[in-house]
Amino acid sequence: MNAITKRPSALTEAQFHYCPGCGHSVVHRLTAEVIDELNIKDRAVVVAPVGCAVFADKYFDVDSIQGPHGRGPAIATGIKRAKPDSIVFSYQGDGDLASIGMAEIVHAAARGENITVIFINNTIYGMTGGQMAPTTLVGQVATTAPKGRNEKLQGNPINVSEMLAQLKSAKYIERVSSDSAPNIIKAKKAIKKAFQNQIDGLGFSFVEVLSICPTNWGTTPLKGLDFLREKMMAQYPLGVFKDVTAANKEGK
Amino acid sequence: MSEKVLMKGNEALAEGAIRAGCRFFAGYPITPQNEVPEYMSWRQEETGGAFVQAESEVSAVNMLYGAAATGVRAMTSSSSPGVSLKQEGISYMAGADLPCLIVNIMRGGPGLGNIAGAQGDYTQATRGGGNGDYRTLVLAPFSVQELANFPKKAFELSEKYRIPAMILADGILGQMMEGMSYDFEPVDPKTLPQPAWAIGGKHADRKRNMVFSYALGEGELEKMVLKRAERYALIERDEVLYEERDTQDAEVLIVAYGISARASIAAMNMARANGVKAGLLRPITLWPFPTKRIAELSKKVKAVLCVEMSMGQMKVDVDLAVKGSCPVYLHAKPGAFFPVAEEIATAAESALNGKKDQLFSLEDLVKNAENKTYAVNNPICKEGALL
Repeated sequence: MNAITKRPSALTEAQFHYCPGCGHSVVHRLTAEVIDELNIKDRAVVVAPVGCAVFADKYFDVDSIQGPHGRGPAIATGIKRAKPDSIVFSYQGDGDLASIGMAEIVHAAARGENITVIFINNTIYGMTGGQMAPTTLVGQVATTAPKGRNEKLQGNPINVSEMLAQLKSAKYIERVSSDSAPNIIKAKKAIKKAFQNQIDGLGFSFVEVLSICPTNWGTTPLKGLDFLREKMMAQYPLGVFKDVTAANKEGK
Repeated sequence: MSEKVLMKGNEALAEGAIRAGCRFFAGYPITPQNEVPEYMSWRQEETGGAFVQAESEVSAVNMLYGAAATGVRAMTSSSSPGVSLKQEGISYMAGADLPCLIVNIMRGGPGLGNIAGAQGDYTQATRGGGNGDYRTLVLAPFSVQELANFPKKAFELSEKYRIPAMILADGILGQMMEGMSYDFEPVDPKTLPQPAWAIGGKHADRKRNMVFSYALGEGELEKMVLKRAERYALIERDEVLYEERDTQDAEVLIVAYGISARASIAAMNMARANGVKAGLLRPITLWPFPTKRIAELSKKVKAVLCVEMSMGQMKVDVDLAVKGSCPVYLHAKPGAFFPVAEEIATAAESALNGKKDQLFSLEDLVKNAENKTYAVNNPICKEGALL
């Protein structure tokens, strides 16, 4: 018998603690496959966030550091500058990256740090129990917005990818989704490119992955996927917001 | 040994760190420590190290967290309000058992306070400052000479015990120029061993390393904290540093660190000229504190006088050492105001005679403050000075 699939070597044997339907498991696997395919396991470093992915360091079989809430891009900066042959990626959720860590992500992008950032956007604080995130949609119910996010009180969601794409030193910004097989294949391509850019020394690369959180949305995985496709994609359109890496390669 | 030259405290410190093999610096502008990042910005580049001007103190300390985790000698510097912001990262580095160097060139507080030298961060520095049960090893230089040479000592102790080290100085030391020389040959970072726990770099020859401060399993955190406490006990036993002057026959013992100790030396000599047998104990490590030695001396003297530019923060540690063996007085200069030798000498005499009128009394301090012309005595405090 031939094995047609197996656990990527960049994943440990630790069992994921993620809830059924959660996108983290999918994105962890994609990232691990990319690490294997690019043969960077012996120089990759994962910066684990605070939030549901706090134990990413237990799951990726690479060097790891777990940092304070939102500071991943600053920690990644320190590692990359101190050991430039490392391949450093910061893995963050939307509370971590778009709220408490907004300064760190913006300035890492503005400095053009040669790091990779994977940003899971599921519009909610997961680990702490479903509070409103900066990415929560208007009208979406959260434990700190029980009547739904009110535009007049809580403003509008932040579109991080579009915002970072404004920065000259950010080299590659793409938003993908983990909702379907075709989109997952596209997500993997984007993650691979974001790592390849770092290997090639091209600069700051950022992949936002739309993801579901059935547990804190109070729904089933299938209904969650419908919400992602109908509501989230309307607010957060998929696509490449910036890619100047090809031009860089040609020395332009 | 290097040639003796005239150098500004902050620059001597920065160069001292470079000579000690520091090859990573992240910082953020704040007075009165700006010469440190300014110096590092070109000097790190020249020596093949990394310099990052961070977007905030919080980011700077987290960059330090990342760099320290790779095993390089790494540091950040700031001044009081900025060091408050760094407590998040200091707590994480203590929890992850990482060696690193944090420099605090103290200024007046609380809040924005002012930009003159002060010693108001003693408690924050010696008790940990951030969340959780931890300590930082605190070195308190009192001259440009020590500012220049302490980074090496701090890195070595920090690495020996895997604990963040802090150099706690003040704006006066940072800004003043003095003759100094380096008492060690420059360290080539390539000769330093790569720690077994470090992350990053190519490492086909080893398994992965993990740097973290969490311990969620039942009883795991307790074990981690206790293991750290065992190391802290060794530090308290083996690494206490202090300097004594004229303590053999002293009847009044002055305890002062940093710039306050400089004024206290002059005060001690004045007091002795007036027949008052004063001695000085200068803590060089603030944590670990020279508790044992102060306890011994307190049994031989008639009184102890604490001189500090804060409202008795160090006195708490002195009281814990003296344990009532003799009276402990406080000569406090809060609000970034410089202790004057004549006043300390008078205070030492009063302490010896058991007179409290020249010593710490809130009423007197308030009265004195009202009578002072700050613009004359302390020009950098005058209105319109840059913050």
